Order: sequence, then structure tokens, then C-alpha cells
Amino acid sequence: MLKGNSLLELLRFATAGSVDDGKSTLIGRLLHDSKAIFEDQLAAVEQWSQFRGHEDVNLALLTDGLRAEREQGITIDVAYRYFATPRRKFIIADTPGHLQYTRNMVTGASTADLAVVLVDARKGVLEQSRRHAFIASLLGIPHVVLAVNKMDLVGWDEVVFKEIVDEFLAFAEGLDIAEVTPIPISALLGDNVVDPSANMPWYDGPTLLHHLEHVDVASSHNHTESRFPVQYVIRDHDTDYRGYAGQVAGGVLHPGDEVVALPGGQRSQILSIDTFEGPVTQAFAPMSITVRLTDEIDISRGDMLCLVGDEPTVSQEVDAVVCWFADRPMAVGAKYGIKHTTRAVRGVIRSLEHRLDINTHEEVAADSLAMNEIGRVVIKTTSPLLFDPYRRNRATGSFILIDEATDATAGAGMILGPAGG
Amino acid sequence: MTLTAPPITRDHAYELSHLDSLEAEAIFIMREVAAEFERPVLLFSGGKDSIVLLRLAEKAFRPGKFPFPIMHVDTGHNFPEALEFRDRRVAELGERLIVASVQDDIDAGRVAEETGPRASRNRLQTTTLLRAIEEHQFDACFGGARRDEEKARAKERVFSFRDDFGQWDPKNQRPELWSLYNGRIRKGEHIRAFPISNWTELDVWQYIAREDLEVPSIYFSHKREVFERDGMLLSVSAVTPAQADEPTFVEQVRYRTVGDMSCTGAVRSAATTIEEILAEVAATRITERGATRADDKFSEAAMEDRKREGYF
Repeated sequence: MLKGNSLLELLRFATAGSVDDGKSTLIGRLLHDSKAIFEDQLAAVEQWSQFRGHEDVNLALLTDGLRAEREQGITIDVAYRYFATPRRKFIIADTPGHLQYTRNMVTGASTADLAVVLVDARKGVLEQSRRHAFIASLLGIPHVVLAVNKMDLVGWDEVVFKEIVDEFLAFAEGLDIAEVTPIPISALLGDNVVDPSANMPWYDGPTLLHHLEHVDVASSHNHTESRFPVQYVIRDHDTDYRGYAGQVAGGVLHPGDEVVALPGGQRSQILSIDTFEGPVTQAFAPMSITVRLTDEIDISRGDMLCLVGDEPTVSQEVDAVVCWFADRPMAVGAKYGIKHTTRAVRGVIRSLEHRLDINTHEEVAADSLAMNEIGRVVIKTTSPLLFDPYRRNRATGSFILIDEATDATAGAGMILGPAGG
Repeated sequence: MTLTAPPITRDHAYELSHLDSLEAEAIFIMREVAAEFERPVLLFSGGKDSIVLLRLAEKAFRPGKFPFPIMHVDTGHNFPEALEFRDRRVAELGERLIVASVQDDIDAGRVAEETGPRASRNRLQTTTLLRAIEEHQFDACFGGARRDEEKARAKERVFSFRDDFGQWDPKNQRPELWSLYNGRIRKGEHIRAFPISNWTELDVWQYIAREDLEVPSIYFSHKREVFERDGMLLSVSAVTPAQADEPTFVEQVRYRTVGDMSCTGAVRSAATTIEEILAEVAATRITERGATRADDKFSEAAMEDRKREGYF
């Protein structure tokens, strides 16, 4: 009976907000109602809360696992939490709403298919809510849930809900979000979280959990343009086996497909698509597979296979939006290591077009990017990148910048297109 | 932009189950490590998580050989069933096994054996692990740690940086975005790579069931002479003798984790098949570490402290 459970789908979502918005209460309720909080975890949290003289059990302690976090009562990093229902397995990237919020939310959002933006019904759409929506849009999250929380504290009033929704939608108009789903909830009392609310008969939409269980997530992967970054070459001398291993980053591959290897441009044909279980008839994102070709051509890690006539942009100059994480600001003219798909190159910041104010969305003139700032840059690389715009494909449109002096991950980039293109 | 959810239009041909998604991610991580590091190693304990790692390595690198050896840090206090299983499994795979022994470090005076009834070699493993990493010049170690196991692990990266003392600095971790892992290190530093970071205990058992993987017999229900200490059932053995005030009794038990005998407790269970274990894990209300590991009970931050020192 439980073996059938292994056919769950996976949904990765990010939550943003501070304790004040009831985010921890909401996550606590989702985990609790889906039985993902264990008694010993709860007991440990209760004990600590009591010891520290807190009146209520602080559910944030379930996720704030580091000593420094518990001592200072802050969240310093993205925490990953897991729960499952009979339909889906969920991975929550729980991002703190205050300290380092941009860095943390960008990180959490990078792997999310959906973002839950929490708004306190009493306070309405705050600057923080706009910031969360903006980052969700920037990171290309297709689905946003506007969870209007603490409806119990505004008398379950439909008018309050509608005003918040209208304000948020008006703001989101200017963003690039495919779908906004507003849900009135009370995380504390559970209304519309798992079970439909009896207090808000005027709302006939899905509960939060129902929406999380049913929203279409397959669309987060590109199944249109064929992209196969070569990750590792598998050889077996005994059988003369030579296969190109990697994770499909876009499109669908089949045996017999005519392919081109970039940036070299050699052509060949897919002989077989291999897995440990044997050959398969098709491969699509995000499958990890091994491709064998009919010809012996020179291909190595960092090259990309795609169908003939279906090539990505090949360019040494990219136009991108960069979010900065390092103490030392990003400067024009500075050189960084770049990791893009499985390809490692070096790059120089040719220009900084502007900085983006994440509260107002205004483009502001700037000559450097400080930590947690976002800006539009042109980067020139030592060898060509093989990319798509981030909006088309998150896997082939993203990169990280590495400080070569410290080896730290200094920034994250989303490609708009070739520079000047 | 729509106000209500649009009708669900799905191409079911291009969907993966959660286990397939987790597997694809883990294979990708293993291949990244193999491609970016010169001397990786896979840490194997004989437990279920590292058993899953071995299957994932087969999926990532066959028909080739593993591009790394397998290493077991042997406390000398392992369950004999786990050691027997280890040797058999590695032989089946035809891969290389390195055993780094805590006893060697005790004999050489690098660590001192703890004393008293609660003495454990668990913490001593860190010295042995770090010594072996240095001796073999490993620059990346695969581990089977999962983020759902313990709260300090919930914030750990997939590529987790260790300085040249093997230390983990939880407040200064590299941000990890998309599937772009930053594996840059200097000589003497290394990375701990955790391919099954996003798996839960239930995922692991579902995968073991799906892949029909063999696990050591102590994961299944059996009769064992035990005694109760600190709320845990410990096996009566030379490593963990019962004290005068600790009555022993025979109980139907199984192990949820396979660690050092001195700090790993058994749980009462009648589960004799993988299916019964799955049902038990799905219904349980206690985490596997909370139920069975004394090493995590010492303090609120026991795991974090050990990890900072270089523990698994």
C-alpha cells in the first residue's frame, strides 16, 4: 500500500516573511497538520521556550537550529523543511524576513516553483511584501500565493481581503508573475490552511494546502528547447563504453536525434540514452542520464548537446541582472570566476547599467553593487557561454560569480540575453 | 495574471515522481563532485543512508568504476552485522574499501578513550576521520546526512565547506543557488558533499523498497537483550554493559539508525519486512535521532558542536 506512495510529485516552495506575519505559525501548522513535526522536536522546543521564559511555544525554534539563532532570537539562514501529503512531497525553503533578506530570499527562491508571500490582514501590503513579490518575479517563480493572514483579527472581513488583493495585484501588474492566487487564512486557527474556513463563507477558492497539492509544477522545467550540458564523461575500458553524463536542462531528447555539440559545432546522432536500468526512449528535464553518440567526437565537461537547429545563444558578452552577496562590493572592471551550467569560465564586469531599487523598482545610477543590492550588468567572458534568457530556462539562464581571492560565492546572475542584442 | 488558479493543464509524459526527482538531483551532485574534485571519497557507515549513496553511485557512474574509494570510519564498537554487511556489499560492487580505525588513534595516543558507563567513541571518530582525510589527501567526502535529521543539519549546504582544520562555520556558509555548486577550495581544505540532503527518512525507505536494496539485519525486528538508559534501549554487550541498577530484559526491537553501539538505541518494533518498516516510519511521531541517538541528547546544540569540529 505504501509503495504507491512513491509516486508522489515534488513541489519546492519558498516562504517569505517575518515572525510577525505569522510565517512560523503557518509553517508550524502545515508541518503539524501533515504530521511532519515529531513529538521529540516539539518537546525540545517547548522545553527551551519554557527555560527561556517565553509564554508561548515559539515554533520558529523548530527551524532556527543554530545556537546563535536561538540565543539571539533571529534567523540567519535559509532553512529547508520537508513534509508530504498523499499527493505530493514538499520542500520548503524558509527564508528569514529581516537580516540579509535579499540574499536569503534570492537563494531560497532560486530552486522554488512557488512562493508564498504572507501579508498581515491588519497591516496590508507593506514594503516587505512588495520586496518579496519583486524577488519572486526576478527569480522567475511562476506561481505566487498571496496568503492574507490573521483574518480572525479583522473579523473575517471580505472587504479587507479584497482591498489587500487589489492593492497587491495592482503592484504585481508591473512584475513578471504568471499567476497570483490570493487566499484568506488564519494560520493560528487553521482557517483555509488545511481545512476550508467556516468563518469565511464568501471565499470559495482552494485552501492553501489544496492549492499546493494541485498547482501545476511541471511547467517549471523547460520541455521545449533541447539543452544537455555535458557534466562528466563515463568510460569503461573493458567494453569500450564512452558516454556523456549529465542532467537534461531543457527539451526532450530521443535516440536517433541529430545533435550538435557546442561550442565546437561538431554534429552527430544520439545512439542511445542510457540509465543504470538500461536504455530509455526519451529524456527530459530534470532527468540525469548518459548519452552515447554514433560518432567519436571530442566533447568534454562544459560542452552542450542540443538538437540541430535548436541551439542556444553562444556569446562571450552577456547582459544580466546580478544580485550581490559579498562584503566587498562588485566593481566595474573587476574579474570573477563564473559557473554557468557545468561550464567554468572567468569574466570581467564590463559595465553596470544601473542598480534596481527593490522597493520602488526604480533604476538608479550606480558604479558598484554592495551586499544585497541588485543591478543590471554586462559581463565579458574568457570563453563563450551557451545560454538562454533566464525567462526561457532557469537552468541555462543562471550563473554564479565567485570571488577568486576568497573562493566565496559573491553573486548570482540571471541572463537577459547577449549584450547589445 | 489570473485571480484564481487556472485549469490544470499538464503534460504527464514529462513528469517525474518525487523519488525520481530526488534521485536525479543526487546523481547530478555526485557527478559534479567527481568532475570538480581530484580526490573524492565516499563515507560509508553500513547504515541505510550510505547504502542509498552506494546505489546512487552505481546509477551515476556505471558501467564505469566509481571514481573514488569507499571509506569506513571504524570505531571498533560497530554492530558485527553492519561490518559483515559492509564487506559483502563492497565486494559485490567490486570497489575499493579503506577502513580508518579509531583504535589506531587511541593506540597512537592521538585521542584518549572516554571512561565511565556512558563512555562512547562517537566523538573520537572526528579525529580519525580528519586524520584519514589528511593522510589520503581527500578533497571531497560524500556523506549520507539529510537535512530532516537534525536541526543543525537543516541549514547545511549540499557542498559544505571545511577549512584546513576540518571545521564547519555555520554562520559563514556559501549561498547555494539553483544547482550551481561552488566547489572551489585551497590545498588542505575540503568539501563535504551531501547528495541526499533533500531526502527524508521515509524517502530513504521508499527508495530502499523500490530499488530492492539489502540492509543490515538489525534494521528488522529481532529479539535482543537490552536495558534502559536515558530513555533509550541499549543492547547488552561488552561495549555497553548494564550497570547494577539497570535491569536487563529481552525485547522485540529493531534499529532505526546504525551508529556506534555505545550510543545507538533500539526501538520496540515488530517490523520484519521493508513494507512494515515503511508503515512504521510513516506513522511514527519521533525523529530517528531523537529516538535512538544518545549523542544528540547531550545538549540542544550537540550536533552543531560536533559538526563544527569536523564530524560527519
